[in-house]
Amino acid sequence: MTLFDWNPEDFSEIPYAFYSDEQIYRRELKQVFQGEAWNFLALECEIPDAGDYKTAAVGDIPVIVVRDEAGTVNAMVNRCAHRGNLVCIDEAGNTERLTCVYHNWTYDLRGKLASIAFERGIQGKGGMAADFDRSSHGLQRLRVETCNGLVFGTFSDEVPPLADYLGPEMRANIDRVLGREMEILGKFQHGLDGNWKLYIENVRDTYHATLLHSFFPTFGLNRLSMRGGIELSEGGLHHLTYSIGATDRPESQYNARDLRAVKDGYALNAPELLDTWPEYACGTTLAIQSIFPNFSVQQVSNVVTVRLLLPKGPDRSVLIWWILGAVEDTAEQRTMRLRQANLIGPGGYIAMEDGAVVGWVRRGVAGAEDRNSVLAMGGRGVERDSDSRCNELSVRGFWQGWHGLMRDPAA
Amino acid sequence: MTEAAALSARLDALNRLYGHAIDDGRYEQWPEFFLPDALYKITTRWNHDRAMPAGLMLCQGRAMMEDRVSALRTANVYEPHHYRHLIDPPVVTRASGGTISATAGFAVYRTMQSGVPEIFCTGKYVDKIVEADGRLKFSERIVVCDGERIDTMIVLPL
Ligand code: FES
Ligand SMILES: [Fe+2]
Repeated sequence: MTLFDWNPEDFSEIPYAFYSDEQIYRRELKQVFQGEAWNFLALECEIPDAGDYKTAAVGDIPVIVVRDEAGTVNAMVNRCAHRGNLVCIDEAGNTERLTCVYHNWTYDLRGKLASIAFERGIQGKGGMAADFDRSSHGLQRLRVETCNGLVFGTFSDEVPPLADYLGPEMRANIDRVLGREMEILGKFQHGLDGNWKLYIENVRDTYHATLLHSFFPTFGLNRLSMRGGIELSEGGLHHLTYSIGATDRPESQYNARDLRAVKDGYALNAPELLDTWPEYACGTTLAIQSIFPNFSVQQVSNVVTVRLLLPKGPDRSVLIWWILGAVEDTAEQRTMRLRQANLIGPGGYIAMEDGAVVGWVRRGVAGAEDRNSVLAMGGRGVERDSDSRCNELSVRGFWQGWHGLMRDPAA
Repeated sequence: MTEAAALSARLDALNRLYGHAIDDGRYEQWPEFFLPDALYKITTRWNHDRAMPAGLMLCQGRAMMEDRVSALRTANVYEPHHYRHLIDPPVVTRASGGTISATAGFAVYRTMQSGVPEIFCTGKYVDKIVEADGRLKFSERIVVCDGERIDTMIVLPL
């Protein structure tokens, strides 16, 4: 199945070829990551002061995010306008000028070419060509916008402003979770043995949560029978799934012996791991949000993380995740956040399976380029919302957004 | 043997027993290397250098370590695999007031179902050790991984 032969209809079947095909991957870098999408770049609190910079990526393109003297956050491609050397080699730092070490061209904090070594040559010999115009050889700039301390960038002039791209429902959740002064409690990377979309599907897949991960149902952190639901932004691009604890009804299915994830008599020796406090007035105990194409904001009890998934070829991806706390946390609250962080990440009680399943699906679909996966839980097509999380609608929504950017054969 | 050399030898033996217990799959023995209120944390150099408090695993007390073991035995789903720890002879950084501070470099190979050992992690142990009833036990073991990236998943302790 090639992309242009594919008739997605209601997005309830996805060709497995899309998870491994080299041409699809190349096209995604252009049409999705460099296309009409906002890419998460950094947290503002990573670059609080003028001159602070850090390196980031948009798909496979290296990017510098830097705060200038006026306090504005800029993003430029980390590629010298001379011969393409990386301008920032270190991961982060503070500087007045960005200097390429290769031939010492320097740029200001907005990416403007400020100086060229030996521009007029040495002792009247050499020097740049007479018609060389410095002003047209700056670092390639991205459009940059921020939202609740999150910095996003795009190469597209067409994509709507960030606030419209996110839409009111998505903005409301970001504001609920991150709309206060936050600080970083840790930053980790997670290498994934499969195509980036396999992990994005997993983030948006509310169906698997209580089936693959047995910690959720056993300890009452999240059951599909809790009150909650799924919201999609317009076109299905972004998704939010949430649940509200303390609303669980006895649900006979969960006692069924045939659900592998439910284990009787499993108790923690240190139940304080699950100590929580009601941090949000709305009572939301779990909120998983994905912002197209590759960013996620997650609240699991009191653990707040933001995650960025970087594609590293058709068969590899890397997840970068930041664990956050509120600056105003009490010592007790901070301790609870740090303990609960055992739930998430590559070693997380309720999350370690997610990384593994990406690799298992990659191995499972080897040689199945002419076959399809099935996304029919909760019906077909892309509705805007659902009060049942026993549903694959947000995964279908992702594919609808993806297809919208990928489908134009002329692009 | 000098007293310092004798202590180093004992710490070295402790680390070997620790590594072998995990590598042999005797996970239930792993918490026994710690005091009841000991701290065990897996982090990375980037986080450690910046005093970031969060960990990839954070056990405050032996009970939380026991929970890690019961979860890996009963709750979590993963591809069967095992480790091989290679641990440097320790460097004693401080021994005062009954608490020994020591570090040791390590490499851990992981063999998944492919059957091929691969380097999973290198790093160093940053330890506090005390002698209790004639046995050395960790009151704190911070596992500082050199890399920032954990491949696929981590369920067994390092
Ligand atoms: S490549 Fe940067 S100055 Fe030459
Ligand atoms: Fe999951």
